[in-house]
Amino acid sequence: MTNTSVSIKDLSLNFGAVSVLRNLNLDIRDGEFLVLLGSSGCGKSTLLNCIAGLLEISEGQIFIKDRNVTWEEPKDRGIGMVFQSYALYPQMSVEKNLSFGLKVAKLPQADIDKRIARAAEILQIQPLLKRKPAELSGGQRQRVAIGRALVRDVDVFLFDEPLSNLDAKLRSELRVEIKRLHQSLKNTMIYVTHDQIEAMTLADRIAIMKNGVIQQLDSPDTIYNAPRNLFVAGFIGSPSMNFLRGEVAASDTGPIFVSDTVWVSLDGYRAGEALQPGRKAVLGVRPEHIAVNGETAELHEAVVDIEEPMGADNLLWLKYAGQTISVRVNGARRFAPGAKVRLGFDPSLASLFDAETELRI
Amino acid sequence: MSDRSSLVAASASRLQPGPAGRKPRRMLSPRNIMLYGTLLVAAIYYLIPLYVMVVTSLKGMPEVRLGNIFSPPLEITFEPWVKAWSQACTGLNCDGLSRGFWNSVLITIPSTLISIAVASVNGYALANWRFKGSEVFFTILIVGAFIPYQVMIYPIVIVLRELGIYGTLTGLIIVHTIFGMPILTLLFRNYFAGLPEELFKAARIDGAGFWAIYLRIMAPMSLPIFVVAMILQITGIWNDFLFGVVFTRPEYYPMTVQLNNIVNSVQGVKEYNVNMAATILTGAVPLIVYFVSGRLFVRGIAAGAVKG
Repeated sequence: MTNTSVSIKDLSLNFGAVSVLRNLNLDIRDGEFLVLLGSSGCGKSTLLNCIAGLLEISEGQIFIKDRNVTWEEPKDRGIGMVFQSYALYPQMSVEKNLSFGLKVAKLPQADIDKRIARAAEILQIQPLLKRKPAELSGGQRQRVAIGRALVRDVDVFLFDEPLSNLDAKLRSELRVEIKRLHQSLKNTMIYVTHDQIEAMTLADRIAIMKNGVIQQLDSPDTIYNAPRNLFVAGFIGSPSMNFLRGEVAASDTGPIFVSDTVWVSLDGYRAGEALQPGRKAVLGVRPEHIAVNGETAELHEAVVDIEEPMGADNLLWLKYAGQTISVRVNGARRFAPGAKVRLGFDPSLASLFDAETELRI
Repeated sequence: MSDRSSLVAASASRLQPGPAGRKPRRMLSPRNIMLYGTLLVAAIYYLIPLYVMVVTSLKGMPEVRLGNIFSPPLEITFEPWVKAWSQACTGLNCDGLSRGFWNSVLITIPSTLISIAVASVNGYALANWRFKGSEVFFTILIVGAFIPYQVMIYPIVIVLRELGIYGTLTGLIIVHTIFGMPILTLLFRNYFAGLPEELFKAARIDGAGFWAIYLRIMAPMSLPIFVVAMILQITGIWNDFLFGVVFTRPEYYPMTVQLNNIVNSVQGVKEYNVNMAATILTGAVPLIVYFVSGRLFVRGIAAGAVKG
C-alpha cells in the first residue's frame, strides 16, 4: 500500500444516462510516469479531471498517497495540473501566475519567492518572470504552466495533453524536457495524450483506453510487442500492425497459420494457450518485423504497390494474399512499383489473436 | 550588397511583358461608387438633423423666425444654451435643465454600478458554477427580458409604495437595477462561458474559491464586456423617460422628463433655439460615452454577445 501514489477503485462516471467511465481500477506506483493513451472521446481526459477533482465522480473512490480524496477539493488533493491550452492567467505576469496559488494559500512571501526561484531555475524561465503570457512563445508558455504545477510542491503531476498545441519540433524538445524533469524530480506523473510517440517515449507504463475502459496497462515494450487484444495492437504503432485473417492448422513441423492461399509457420510463437487446429484467428505482424528478400525470407510472394521513402527508412505498401500490407525496410533499399519480392515472417515477434474474442492467444 | 542587387536585377529582367505584381484597382469602379455612395447618403441622413439642431441653437429668436432652418447663424449667440441650462421654466421652478442633469447623474451612476456588479456575478455563477436548476433559472431570467415594461409598471408602483420608497431616487435606482438584470446577465454569462474553461480549472487547482476566481481571474480579464455593459446601462438609464416619469416626484425628475416639460410647455412663445440647446445638452452624455468608448464597445459586443 505504501508504494502506491494514486489508487482508483471501482470508479464510474455518468453524465445523465451516458456512462463515460465504467468501473475503472488503476493503481499508480510512487514516482511512476503513467500515460493514459487513447483516441479522442475515450475518457482519458475525463479520468484525469476526476483525479484532479474537477469532475464529481458517480461511484467509486480515489486515493492519493493513501488518503481518500474522493470528496476533497482540487487544491487539497496534493496535485498540480498542466493543461493543453496552458491556461495561464492572461492579465498576470509570469511571476504572478506562478505565485497566485501560493498567495491564495497564504504562504509567507519569503517562501513564495524561494519556490518561484527554484521552479524558474529548473525550467529556465528566469528571464521571463516579468513578462505577460501574451509575450511568450508556445513553448515558453507551456514551461510556465509546468512551473505553476511545480511551485505547488505536490506529490502528483497531472498533464492533460500538454504538448498538443505545439508544433512538431517544439513538441519533441519539450517531450525530452518533461522526461528529464521526471527523472530529476521523481514525482508521480499522470500524462494524458493521444500521441503514441509521447506515450512510448515517456511512460513507465501505458494505459490504453477505449470507451471508458482500460484495454491494457503495461510497459511500453510489452504493449508494443505483446498487445493484449486486437484494438491495442492496431492502435499502437504507425503505420499500424498488419492483420491477416485465417485459422490455426497443424503441420509436420508444428502449428501453422493459414490464410487464404498462404501459410505462416507459428514455430517459435509464445502462445499463452494451446494452439488448437481449426481455431479462427488473426495474425498481426508489425511492418518492421517482416523481412524482404533476406535470408529469412520464405516463399511468400508479394508485389510492391507504393514506396514511401522517409529518409531513415523506407515504407513499402505491398499486395500480399489479397490485401495491402506495409513493410518497413532500411532507407537505402529502394524498390520499384510492380517489383516482385519475397517476404519472411518471424513468428516470435508476431501476435496471434482469437478472431471471436479479439484477445491475444 | 552588390551581389544581392544584381540578383534582384537579374530576376527583374526575367519578367515577361504583361500583368505583373499587384493588380491595379480603379478608384471609380461601380463597386466603390455604390459602396461609398450608400455610406455617404446614410451619413448625411443622420447628420442633417444634428446640423439643424446645432445651427438653430446658436441663433437668436428673430433669426429663428425667418424660417431658414438650414442656413448658418448670422450672429452666433450662446444665450439659448445658458437659458436651457439654468433659466428655462418647467412647471413652477425656473432653474433650467441643471436640476434634471444632477438628478439623472444621481440616478444613473448607482443604477449602473449596482446592476453591473450584480449581473456580472450572476453571469459568472451561471457560466462557471452550474448548479442544479441553473439552466431553468437562466431561462426564467431571459424570459423576463421579453415581458413588456408596461405590464409591470402598476405592480411595481404598489410594491414601491408598500416599501415606502415610492417617488424617491432609491426606488427608481432599484427599478433600473432590476430591469437591467436579464440582458446584462445574458451578456456576462455568454462572455464568461466563452472564456477558456481550463483557466477556471487551473484557478480551482490553485485553490481559489468562488470570489477569488471572480475578482482576481475572471473580472480583470473581462474589461471589454464591462465597458459594453456600462455603455448599455448609462445610455439606457440616461435616456429613460417612462420610469422617470412614473416612479419619481417632480423634484427628482431626470433630465429627459424635464426636457419634455421644457419643450412641450404650452405657455408663452415656443423658443426653438432654447429647445434645441436643451435637447443637445440632454443627449450629450450618451454621445460622449459612445465617443470615448466606442472602440471597446464594438470589441466587447463582438466577443461576448454573439457566442451562445
